[in-house]
Amino acid sequence: MYNQTEIIKDTSELGADGELVINMGPQHPATHGVLHLVVTLNGETIKKIEPHLGFIHRSIEKMCESLTYRQFIYVTSRMDYLSSHINNLGCALLVEKGMQIEVPDRAKYIRVILSELTRIASHELWLGAMAMDLGAFTPFFYAFREREMITDIMEDTCGARLTMNYIVPGGLMYDLHPDFQKKVKAFITQFKSKVTEYEDLVTNNIIFQSRTKGVGILSAEDAISYGCTGPVARASGVSCDIRKIYPYEVYDKVEFEEVIETAGDSFARYIVRVKEMNQSIRIIEQLIDNIPEGDFVAKTKNVLKLPKGEFYSRVETARGEFGVYVVSEGGTTPHRIKFRSPGFSNLSVLNHIAAGGMIGDLMASMGTLDLVIPDIDR
Amino acid sequence: MFLKEYISDVVNGVSSLLKGMRKTGYYFTHPKEIITEQYPDNRATLLLSERFKGEVVMPHDANNEHTCTGCTACELACPNGTIKVVTKFEVSPEGKKKKAIDTLVYRLELCTMCNLCIVACPSDAIKMVPNFEHSVFDRTKLTKVLNQPGSKIREGIE
Repeated sequence: MYNQTEIIKDTSELGADGELVINMGPQHPATHGVLHLVVTLNGETIKKIEPHLGFIHRSIEKMCESLTYRQFIYVTSRMDYLSSHINNLGCALLVEKGMQIEVPDRAKYIRVILSELTRIASHELWLGAMAMDLGAFTPFFYAFREREMITDIMEDTCGARLTMNYIVPGGLMYDLHPDFQKKVKAFITQFKSKVTEYEDLVTNNIIFQSRTKGVGILSAEDAISYGCTGPVARASGVSCDIRKIYPYEVYDKVEFEEVIETAGDSFARYIVRVKEMNQSIRIIEQLIDNIPEGDFVAKTKNVLKLPKGEFYSRVETARGEFGVYVVSEGGTTPHRIKFRSPGFSNLSVLNHIAAGGMIGDLMASMGTLDLVIPDIDR
Repeated sequence: MFLKEYISDVVNGVSSLLKGMRKTGYYFTHPKEIITEQYPDNRATLLLSERFKGEVVMPHDANNEHTCTGCTACELACPNGTIKVVTKFEVSPEGKKKKAIDTLVYRLELCTMCNLCIVACPSDAIKMVPNFEHSVFDRTKLTKVLNQPGSKIREGIE
């Protein structure tokens, strides 16, 4: 095991070559959680970054093996807590696929609208937090103002602000709140008028541009070989949107563009996320007036049993591809469960993109990877 | 050429900073558009959504009657072992034995507000209420008995 005394010993040994080992984290304001980075420096230049995980490990995969197919969905909200609704959707899709449950159209539409709202909320939080990492304090409050409207919508409809648990196998837990459509439309108007403020404050800011342009460059080949997904890979020119490649729910019925940039630097990753928010708004606008009437949940058996075999389902969360793999022995609980979380692959690329650069640029590279530590560690 | 670039950099930098400062200044001079809520002071007017999942309660009517049959569906649905249903047998005047709850123990410190027990309940005996101020000085105070003392099941609920 790696402990604190060993780290200090390492420092003295390496000191002779002019190298310095510093520990960033586990408690550090810019790591957004308990991430421990052992950074080897030569002067101000980074030679190596070694992430150490395990501070927030809760053995969620093992825990899920003792929970039934209705119960294990709520645990996945605690992994990537910023896109908890999409995680829940991935698990529900797997159970529906395995048991061949036909989900009503109304539930499908509502699931997609809420997923896109979750994606916007996640990107808003990322935008504020990343700007704060780079030293800008104001965008944090501006981004949270719009995010607050989404959490209010979630609170009205799902009953919780962050860990919703609104999806059950076969549909939704309860029907929409009567004010839902009105509030979502109010949010869209607000968002469209305020998104220019981000452009003025962050995108066009000369300090922000010079701190992110050309920093942390990731090539398309490396993005594929490291298994990067989501906005990180799309900023390098890799087309990897699960909503386009393997459409689930009603994504094949709506029109939207997969945002792809080719520069591969931190600024491109920023631009991809900002443009993605606009695409999410476009998806919501197409669906919000056309929610069909009918049941919100399909009739299912009281006890769910998956047939014997292996199942896999994938969804596109705000950070990339989230996959659920279940081996079933035919019982009421999974025999083995494995989550493919996007954050883990995106973190593994950090050494590659930040080594050789300055330590001040590490914040920009790490901020634009959009790491959520409970998602990496689970 | 170098001087020209240098000057244009300075002009661009200052103008982009001023653009940002204008936005900040706008909200500085328009305090009515600020949306911050002064939480502990606005307790009287603070409205939470009626669906907000804060705590599980068992509603009782005016006759101190509830609708819980003691079927333990909520206990089985709970992923954390939050709910424990203790049942007893009540003997009616005709000599018939009937199952009823003795206590429904709810441990708030284990609850993750997943709402699965509410969905599982066949007789709508429990519900979530938007009560979120749960802090106490002693952890044992978080273990609650949901049915009121002396309460019994409403007539006609099977």
